[in-house]
Amino acid sequence: MKKDIILCGVGGQGILSIATIIGEAATKAGLYLKQAEVHGMSQRGGDVQSNLRLSTEPIWSDLIAEGSADLIISMEPMEAMRYLAYLSKDGKIVTSSKPFVNIPNYPDEEALQQELDTLPSVKLDIETVAKDCGNPRGANMVLLGMAAPTIGILSVENLREAIATVFARKGEQIVEANLKAFDAGVKGGIDN
Amino acid sequence: MKKLLLGDEAVALGAINAGLSGVYAYPGTPSTEITEYIQNHPLAKERGVHSRWCTNEKTAMEAALGMSYAGKRALVCMKHVGMNVCADAFVNSAITGVKGGLIVLAADDPSMHSSQNEQDSRFYAKFALVPCLEPSNQQEAYDMMAYGFDLSEKLGEPIVLRVVTRLAHSRAAVEVTEPKEEKLLSPATDQWVLLPGIARKKYVALLEKQDAMKQASAESPYNKAEKANSKTGILACGIAYNYVKEALADDANLVKISQYPLPEEKIKALAATCNELLVIEDGQPVVEELVKGLLGAGYPVKGRLTGDLPRTGELTPDNVAKALGKQTGSVFAPAKNMAARPPQLCQGCGHRDVYAALNQVLADYSEHRVFGDIGCYTLGALPPFQSLSSCVDMGASITMAKGAADAGLFPAVAIIGDSTFTHSGMTGLLDAVNDNANITIIISDNLTTGMTGGQDSAGTNKYEAICLGLGVEPEHVRVVVPLPKNMPEITRVIKEEIEYKGVSVIIPRRECIQTFARHARAKKQ
Repeated sequence: MKKDIILCGVGGQGILSIATIIGEAATKAGLYLKQAEVHGMSQRGGDVQSNLRLSTEPIWSDLIAEGSADLIISMEPMEAMRYLAYLSKDGKIVTSSKPFVNIPNYPDEEALQQELDTLPSVKLDIETVAKDCGNPRGANMVLLGMAAPTIGILSVENLREAIATVFARKGEQIVEANLKAFDAGVKGGIDN
Repeated sequence: MKKLLLGDEAVALGAINAGLSGVYAYPGTPSTEITEYIQNHPLAKERGVHSRWCTNEKTAMEAALGMSYAGKRALVCMKHVGMNVCADAFVNSAITGVKGGLIVLAADDPSMHSSQNEQDSRFYAKFALVPCLEPSNQQEAYDMMAYGFDLSEKLGEPIVLRVVTRLAHSRAAVEVTEPKEEKLLSPATDQWVLLPGIARKKYVALLEKQDAMKQASAESPYNKAEKANSKTGILACGIAYNYVKEALADDANLVKISQYPLPEEKIKALAATCNELLVIEDGQPVVEELVKGLLGAGYPVKGRLTGDLPRTGELTPDNVAKALGKQTGSVFAPAKNMAARPPQLCQGCGHRDVYAALNQVLADYSEHRVFGDIGCYTLGALPPFQSLSSCVDMGASITMAKGAADAGLFPAVAIIGDSTFTHSGMTGLLDAVNDNANITIIISDNLTTGMTGGQDSAGTNKYEAICLGLGVEPEHVRVVVPLPKNMPEITRVIKEEIEYKGVSVIIPRRECIQTFARHARAKKQ
């Protein structure tokens, strides 16, 4: 079994933390993993993505081929669609519904939401959900929760454990806050 | 034990565990994380492995060569264009030879994710007549450090280790070995004075080592043949091997190449069983050209030069699959509601205030030009500021402004960051002072090397002293604080210094907001 995942968003939105948690969970579960990241200039408020490949068999390429991503997990709705060329025919998009507008020519928001609805996608206002559960900086954990049941090769419980491990050095409170955001995301993703 | 490591981290840990005594580097994407990993590694700290950032790649290369002279293992790291900066020292280190193992790591950036060109560092290895290692994955990157240091000491020559962005910045599990001891101090006793009479002998000695280098490639565990029933032979260099395996699995008739000079016999043997060769390499068509020479004009060799693979840009699983006659491809049509989202200066960044002021002042001058440099502030070329006319290489802002001023252009303004100024701007400033060039230089000082993530900047707290020391008139070294509320003062200072007929330096100084936030968080904890 293998899962090819594209994580994307805008520089600074915290997609690398999501990648770290999935990476931790995959390692613990004994899966093969490759994770290509973007560092450097493109982090400055520009589009960012990470190719994450998980498999029970050895993996060759660090990059995902066009038409073969099982999942696009995005912190931003337009960014989710930037990588459509990579989505497989049975693939799915899990995205924040809230646009991050830092460019003058951002597309019409209504048209954007409509286009997203024509695609195999689930979306949720992850920032509001994060605020509602008292962790406004945990939007990325809400998103990970939304995607969790779809990842398949890792269980929701695998991911919860990984959150606890990754945030352990920041203290019990931070772990709890992130787990709460993650659980709210799991629920939100199913309800949608 | 297995560890999940970035390619860069695998290099760093491989070096530490191979008994590294010093890493010398200037930050540059995609190489920066190597030095950062060593700086933070407990064993490297305990052993006192040198890891402080250097002023530029040339000082790094020379210091590493000095450590090698003293008998210890040294690593130099840089992005590909850093090889240009250290080329003098690097090429001549092949003539002196080395004592302690010396690895020169060049991180190439095909597709120019964060660079101004796609130059291929394998050319440099060939140019200097030294071996080059090109790992195909994170495990090889780790293993090749101990292997490379051993090879370097055996041959008495530096080794180039070439990685590309997709390996440097991709994570995978790596099997980690036990750390070895550092080498003891044992300075070289042979002659390293490259006076012509000695250099001629040393050059002959380097040429005489070429057979041993070829032999090492022929026997290298990293160069291997795989057989399948196909009349197209594949030469898969570095990470190209992964894309070939992704597309063809075990059904490829290939030679994997991860050590240079080329394993010629393996390539000839493959060619003899095939009708044509397809060369797949990330970067420039280095091997493709060499193999054409090796096999002669009649033998068909395909690759980037023949259009079977794109001439520019990095390899992908898609373009490699296509060259192999396999199809990948998108299922969904491109999104209609889409816009480019280029990187931009952070909100609240001091460079923004500098550009706002500069644009305001320069609006009054019809023929003005602003010569830019390498750093976050290069983003001042994009909207909303669109202030820059050039950005070429580290330090070029000052010297290009000077040349344009020599030609009569007015006003000629240079903008350069603090770290870039100490990297390669100081010598240009001395030229400008000696010529009394009519230029205005802005050293936009954010107290860090910002674009690569906030590494220490070599000249922090020394900029006024450096400018005065190089001979800029004291009344024309001006310091301002780039904040919106100071706009009247900043614009007045810029205007006055543009009107001054000579060299002036304006230093807008305010800490990078990213490092400021990081420092604030660290204080809180």
